[in-house]
Amino acid sequence: MRYLTDRKRATGLGSARSGTGHFWEQRVSAIALVVLTPLFIFPLAYNMGDSYEAVRAAYGNPVNAIVAVAFMITAFLHFFQGIQVVIEDYVHGRWELVLIITTRLLSAAFALIGSLAILKIFFGA
Amino acid sequence: MADVERGNRPLSPHLQVYKWPLNMGMSILHRMTGVALGGVTALVAIWFLALAWSPEAFALVNGLMTSWLGWLVLLGGAASAWFHFANGLRHLVWDTGSSFGQRRVQRTAILGLLASAILTLVTIWVAASV
Ligand code: HEM
Repeated sequence: MRYLTDRKRATGLGSARSGTGHFWEQRVSAIALVVLTPLFIFPLAYNMGDSYEAVRAAYGNPVNAIVAVAFMITAFLHFFQGIQVVIEDYVHGRWELVLIITTRLLSAAFALIGSLAILKIFFGA
Repeated sequence: MADVERGNRPLSPHLQVYKWPLNMGMSILHRMTGVALGGVTALVAIWFLALAWSPEAFALVNGLMTSWLGWLVLLGGAASAWFHFANGLRHLVWDTGSSFGQRRVQRTAILGLLASAILTLVTIWVAASV
């Protein structure tokens, strides 16, 4: 350790200019969600509570299906970008790393679950 | 620092005697709704999975989602989404360096609350109209 310079020891541990990159990516996903959220929520609210056949038919519609897939992917991308900042604020040390990795993997899993399910319905319609 | 006369000097405002500016609540709610939305969106993903899986799986998951507890969770999700949406727009405007004045912050906070309440009511109306 004594042979490392201070600079070398700090690089990669602080922001090292990666903070603005993360900030920037989160703004991009937020802007996408400004458009996608209303387009996703209203059809979802409309179909919630309807019969199996009716909901299958609704998401067989290309517009509904594309919006729903785009929402699933963008929302979980934005979610793990956001939850990482929350975790960094409150949790430190080993658990910080564990939680960031766990939420990131879960976000990827749910983005896949949601979008593959919708695609299957869409292609099966 | 240590030698400063403590005497009768005023203390800095303590959390308990501090009047909350509205925007502080908005900020905390933005974080809470963001986290909550992750959970509700995951539930919706599972609902889609059940819909893709089989009529039986859909009956099970859809039954839970449209039970009174399920509707309550979905209502919370809709309200969270609209609050986070409206307040997120404020954030995106701030990110351009605009609208930081005290009066504007106060006014857009109230506007954001109103907008999210109205959008939530519209969503309930859409959900109930089937
Ligand atoms: C409706 C469109 C949305 C917009 C415009 C939006 C906008 C934003 C913005 C600008 C931030 C950063 C706030 C800051 O700088 O402190 C943010 C944070 C966050 N968002 Fe969103 N968002 C949206 C939807 C969502 C959705 C659908 C989710 C969840 C699936 C979500 C989860 C989060 C989380 C967890 C954070 C971190 C909260 C924090 O740091 O306090 N957002 N959002």
